[in-house]
Amino acid sequence: MTTTHDLGQPLMTPLAVADPGGLIQSVDWVAIAPPLIAALAALAVLVADLFLPEARKRLLGWLSAAGLLAALAALLPLVLGDTRSTFCFTSGGCSYTADHFALAFQLLALGGALLTALLSLHTVEDEKLPGGEYWFLLLSSACGAALLPAARDLATLVIALEVATLPAFALVALRRDGRGAESALKFFLSSVTATAVMLLGVSFVYAAAGTIQLQGIADGLAHAPAQLKPLAEAGAVLTLVGFAFKTAAVPFHFWVPDTYVGAPLPVAGYLSVVGKAAGLAGLALVTTLAFRPYGHTWGLVLAVLAALTMTVGNAAALRQRADTPYGAVRLLAWSSVGQAGYLLVPLAAAGYAGSAEPLGATVAYALIYGLVNLGAFGVVALVGGSGRLESFRGLAGRNRWAAFALAFFLLCLAGLPPGVVGLFGKVVVFRSAVDAGLGWLAVVMAVNVVIALAYYLKWTALLFAPSAEQVVAPRRVPASLATALGLAASGAVVLSVAPQLVLQVVSGSLF
Amino acid sequence: MNAVLIALLVLPLLGAALMLAPIGEKQALRLGTTVTGGTLLLAIALAAGFDHDAPSRMQAVTDVSWIPALDVRLHLGVDGISLPLLVLTALLTFLCAVYSVKKLPAGPGGRAFTGLLLLLETGMLATFAVLDLVLFFLAFEIVLIPMYFLISRWGSGKKVAAANRFILYTLLGSAVMLLGFLLIGVKAGTFDMVKLADAHGSGLSHTTQLIAALAILVGLAVKAPAWPLHSWLPDAHTAAPTAGSVLLAGVMLKMGTYGLVRVLLPIVPDGTATYAPYLGAFAAVGIVYGSLACLALARTGAKGDLKRLIAYSSVGHMGFVLLGIASLTPTGVNGALFANIAHGLITGLLFFVVGAVKDRYGTADLDTLAGATGAALYGRAPRIGALLAFAAVASLGLPGLAGFWGELLAMYGAFDPAAGLSRPAFVTYMVLAGLGTLLTAAYLLVVVRRVCMGDPKQPAPVAEVADLQGYEAASWTPLAALTLVAGLWPALLLGLSDPAVKHLLGSG
Repeated sequence: MTTTHDLGQPLMTPLAVADPGGLIQSVDWVAIAPPLIAALAALAVLVADLFLPEARKRLLGWLSAAGLLAALAALLPLVLGDTRSTFCFTSGGCSYTADHFALAFQLLALGGALLTALLSLHTVEDEKLPGGEYWFLLLSSACGAALLPAARDLATLVIALEVATLPAFALVALRRDGRGAESALKFFLSSVTATAVMLLGVSFVYAAAGTIQLQGIADGLAHAPAQLKPLAEAGAVLTLVGFAFKTAAVPFHFWVPDTYVGAPLPVAGYLSVVGKAAGLAGLALVTTLAFRPYGHTWGLVLAVLAALTMTVGNAAALRQRADTPYGAVRLLAWSSVGQAGYLLVPLAAAGYAGSAEPLGATVAYALIYGLVNLGAFGVVALVGGSGRLESFRGLAGRNRWAAFALAFFLLCLAGLPPGVVGLFGKVVVFRSAVDAGLGWLAVVMAVNVVIALAYYLKWTALLFAPSAEQVVAPRRVPASLATALGLAASGAVVLSVAPQLVLQVVSGSLF
Repeated sequence: MNAVLIALLVLPLLGAALMLAPIGEKQALRLGTTVTGGTLLLAIALAAGFDHDAPSRMQAVTDVSWIPALDVRLHLGVDGISLPLLVLTALLTFLCAVYSVKKLPAGPGGRAFTGLLLLLETGMLATFAVLDLVLFFLAFEIVLIPMYFLISRWGSGKKVAAANRFILYTLLGSAVMLLGFLLIGVKAGTFDMVKLADAHGSGLSHTTQLIAALAILVGLAVKAPAWPLHSWLPDAHTAAPTAGSVLLAGVMLKMGTYGLVRVLLPIVPDGTATYAPYLGAFAAVGIVYGSLACLALARTGAKGDLKRLIAYSSVGHMGFVLLGIASLTPTGVNGALFANIAHGLITGLLFFVVGAVKDRYGTADLDTLAGATGAALYGRAPRIGALLAFAAVASLGLPGLAGFWGELLAMYGAFDPAAGLSRPAFVTYMVLAGLGTLLTAAYLLVVVRRVCMGDPKQPAPVAEVADLQGYEAASWTPLAALTLVAGLWPALLLGLSDPAVKHLLGSG
């Protein structure tokens, strides 16, 4: 029941239409169900917050988790069926397409939000965060992040990106201890600048190409008159800069460590996974679909950006000392910058190869990274304390399973067995680079993998180091936190045994 | 047969997983002996069932799809090249497990130790059993984490720094090696080592072969290790506990040279031929450098550590292996493979004995041990002294013991290198290697004189030195016996490896 009939370019609708009946748009509700359910759940939580007595606010969290679970379930019919599109133009092309690319990133966004929700249940109570607002903001942001990868025109893309990030500022600021406000401000200012720059770029591109549809832009740019070329190129660069901010690519990364430290821990994890995925999906869409004619140019730009990002991120993570306050989160923040560099490699390769095929590696790696990174944030949330790396010393003696889980997550991030799935994630990224002839980038990445191992391993070794402290009775692990960690760990173990489950996106067609 | 090979890999992995369960430390160690013993039995069964009339054919083959998206297949098999290495690995791991039941190095306990040992065994066995480039890389990586923790938690001295150095060096090497593998896989369209070897580089352009061969060569040379990429090795060997040193020297160095024979020679022959003279040169330098370093450590007043000395001697011995491979002749490569096994047996034994000496004296510092006249092990602990002397003369290549044949054949291969290689250059390398054998004899005899001989009445750091214990005899005798067998009956190994080598080199 794919619907493609409807009319009159809705975003540039002329006031008089020949066929007024055609204005009634038929919407494919199944296709838009995943982000829609998240949005409805957000509204439901906001309303329920008004009527629930203080003592039962806990329910809101479970309600959000259930909403996200329902949104994830809504992905199933889409995965099993054919590609669906909706909000289509009469001139061809649609604004919303649920193809494999979109579904994979929706899985990442909604699954990541679900894990974040499970991690948050405990944090919200513990840090006395305002429940209704917290869950509403989280769900709204997840809705935006789920909408974004399916967007196929620039306006929807920008709106989705803002829906994903605006609630995130507020989420960061929810911790009422000063640090939260400062980090939120930093995050807000840099992000708003990025949006402004991106909007300028988008308007340039629109002016040059005459359309905001991604497919249309590619054709428009290819046939653009010569005098509009500089405008189009400037627009493309500015748009890329905007997305680079969101993915925290160097040199647009400086907001990351302070924001992560100031935010409640699950939110930091959420930003590092879902926030990054949203930026990355947008970047992939505009580059491979809209700016396809300029493939070699942005391919090179992205390759340089990737090399810089991984090197700076890993070098900074390596410099973290064991006794810095919030060292664990800072280390994860910098390592997430480094990981963003790996994620950009297949994008650059796509520019060189002139096809969307290498993107599969980004999708696969993003899914793997999302799972294990949230797991690592979960264990950090569990250990709590001042978040110094030093406080992880001898964790194996206090809480064996938490130590094993964190070690496994870190080794997955480092890409070393027993974290087999992380290793294969890196293998597919390497392969995309080698395949596209980006040998130098592959070598830079190889060096970076070694640098990254140094700090991941230092942390892992710390977990099993003898501890000077007396063994205290282990704190009871909250059920929700244990569930989230169990989900992440078992997911990573299953994927390590059967990497095909996630790597199949590499061989299939995305768009 | 293929079920035996699969079981050989799965059994230690299951054993490692079992160590997560709450069992006692002593029990864990005993269980480790059982599991490694079972693995050894499987390896022997594999050798017994092996068709010795067709060692060049892959046997016990399993080939099922694992990750279709990457075209990675679970492709396992053994031939005359990998079979001896599999048996050696299973044997050395079993002996280490037996030894560790009685003599667990100071550290976090038996359960973790056994778990890591078994995981390490899985990775080592897998390296020699897999026939897919990506799996080979995976197996290469599996050994890193267990060995890292064995060194950093059960080691001595500057153990954490040594462990870090070991893992970062090796990972850099293997990451570069992976790039070479991927280049081959992308250009040739398959990761299957058998198919690629049968193709003998057809379908890969000369440039591709050059780049891929360089990347793979660098990665494997770190592991082997070839001079000048060896600098992680002395620290790691010195710091590692006895079992770690034995497995590092006995098996893990062979993973590098095995990779050269299995991957580099047959898959990218043009690229290999281009780099062979350089590899030979580095090998010759390594031989002389290793023995000179040992000679310097063995001097009186040099404060030389015995374990460090044996580690440097490994650089020299692996130089012979690399020289044999670089000659690209069946003779040289057979010699290299023989020297591989021989070095595993002899150096394994040496590290066991030296580890025991270090445990008894609390130090492996040669000057402290020797005092003014010598440590006089012949007088104070005659059996240990005799074993040390035996291992030392085997190591210096005395005819009739295992060390002799491999180095002789490697030098013979260099004397008459493959067509297309510069004869004068390789003859020069051979002369250097010959000089190396002399220097090797010199330092090993110095070591025997300073440790085994001397005046038993002189004041020693330890008053009473216990002689050979039961568990030591149990774990060392097989090595000594096999050293003798391999020396007296070299055809046992050469008959296995020769047809397989000829097949890989495309001349048989």
